[in-house]
Amino acid sequence: MVITTAVALLVPLVVIVIVLLLAGGAQPAIQQFGAHFLLSSAWNPVKQQFGAEPFIYGTLVTSVLALAMALPVGVGTAVFLAEPSLPRIRGTIGIGVELLAAIPSVVYGIWGLYVFAPWLLMHVSRPITERFGSVPVLAGPARQTSVLAASIVLAVMILPTLAAISREVVRAVPSGLKENSFALGATWWETIWKVILPAARPGIFGATVLAFGRALGETIAVTMLIGNRPQIQTSLFGPAYTLASVIANEFTEATGTLYPAALIELGLILMLVALVVNLIALLLVRSVAGEGATR
Amino acid sequence: MSRNNRRLLADGVARALVYAMALLALVPLSLVLLYTVVNGLPALTHVDFFIHVERPVGIPGAGVAHAIVGTAVMVGLASLMSIPVGVIGGVNLVEYGRARVASWIRLAADVLVGTPSIAIGLFVYALLVAPFKHFSGFAGSVALAVLMLPVVIRATEGAVALVPGGLREAGLALGLARWRVALQLVLPAAAPGVLTGAMLAVARAAGETAPLLFTGFGNRFFTTNPAQPMSALPLIVYHDALTPYPSLVEQAWGAALMLILLTLVVNLASRYALRRQIALAGKL
Repeated sequence: MVITTAVALLVPLVVIVIVLLLAGGAQPAIQQFGAHFLLSSAWNPVKQQFGAEPFIYGTLVTSVLALAMALPVGVGTAVFLAEPSLPRIRGTIGIGVELLAAIPSVVYGIWGLYVFAPWLLMHVSRPITERFGSVPVLAGPARQTSVLAASIVLAVMILPTLAAISREVVRAVPSGLKENSFALGATWWETIWKVILPAARPGIFGATVLAFGRALGETIAVTMLIGNRPQIQTSLFGPAYTLASVIANEFTEATGTLYPAALIELGLILMLVALVVNLIALLLVRSVAGEGATR
Repeated sequence: MSRNNRRLLADGVARALVYAMALLALVPLSLVLLYTVVNGLPALTHVDFFIHVERPVGIPGAGVAHAIVGTAVMVGLASLMSIPVGVIGGVNLVEYGRARVASWIRLAADVLVGTPSIAIGLFVYALLVAPFKHFSGFAGSVALAVLMLPVVIRATEGAVALVPGGLREAGLALGLARWRVALQLVLPAAAPGVLTGAMLAVARAAGETAPLLFTGFGNRFFTTNPAQPMSALPLIVYHDALTPYPSLVEQAWGAALMLILLTLVVNLASRYALRRQIALAGKL
């Protein structure tokens, strides 16, 4: 029993050691820039200037956009999957959503790069910038690898997390609530919208936060689609950069002591934010659907 | 329109919308599968793809044998590290876990599942690459093991929890020690579920790119030695897809198709195994 408990305790230990080692590796950058690192938008390895702001901005923008797109589809799918009728169709869609989660990130990346992004540029981005280019958010020139392309693929990638956990949460709503609602003469939709979803709200919120955490840390597909430019610009159709993708792109080329340390500090920021977001989300989901829901 | 008709209309529209959302979720899956098969098949029709290594652009007969072997070696080593540890940890959570400690470990496992894989790559870089000043397949396998561990733990826990308490009580009534009950009765009964979880973890690890970027790193040459830098199929997809050479891009699609086939087969097979586990648990 002592041995197996020790083995199981390895898991929390790993989480703690990850944070400590990243904090250790980031020391040169932390000492050099201090808190200024978080607010500086300079990123010029040649001049040894490093700041996290463009990456924090890019990470937040892509994750929020992805969430906004995935949320209605994810919750709709969850409501559909949690219903008992039409078992065969539901089974097929359930398997489909699970497979969506199983596809490797890099496959989404190559598909996004060669299939989706060119289509998006021709049929969505370019027509919109030509017509509404004066609006800052829709300003041109439209590019193939852009905030929008990365966000949409990201939305697809977090959809399974949202759908699967929301389904567990919706299922965990006591069936008596639903039966009472029907008995009072409510329609199916009134029952879902006014009884079931309100009861499931904390759990769905938890699933949303959990999906947000996944979106923050998603690396490879975003790196291949976001355009990789360390600047803050407001257009959906322009390039940006995220915390995870700048690490993936530049870490192996980073020379000297400050450059790699700055990248590790970006990793530390990402790790800590993901840790906090995950903890909040997990506690929310567990409070509604129990500890099995996140399995 | 009467109030009730309006309610029924709203109900019908909302129903249609919910069904549409569920169907919409399947659109990207079909598109990704379709395009990967169409673009990846040409590469897989050449035998060279499976038996040769990278060649300079323009010289025919290039392949990804080094990456296939690299993925096999790194995922294999990662499995050797993470599966036994994960199974023991998962059994512990159900069989011995004091509720509070078990709950914390579960939380940590779920946090680790949600940890950005690039952060795990940096962590293993700091742990195993920086001190030795040398990228290695072994470092890559440790990064993959960290990713697999929480998946194996949670899957094992789920399978072990399905085993009915009567089996444990029968063992204890016969005078078996608790560790023997756990090891010789509960674990065998949970084996299909445990195996399923392990296979899912293997498939997930085989598709990961980010943790390998600064650990396994990639290698143009064939090696089975985990002390050397090693290539892997996801690294091939990532690096070759971003080159301007059609032959390399075709190779990237081929590697992507191999990854998709692997994940699809494992996921569908695991559903079958899991159903058997649940049926078995019903009989016990």
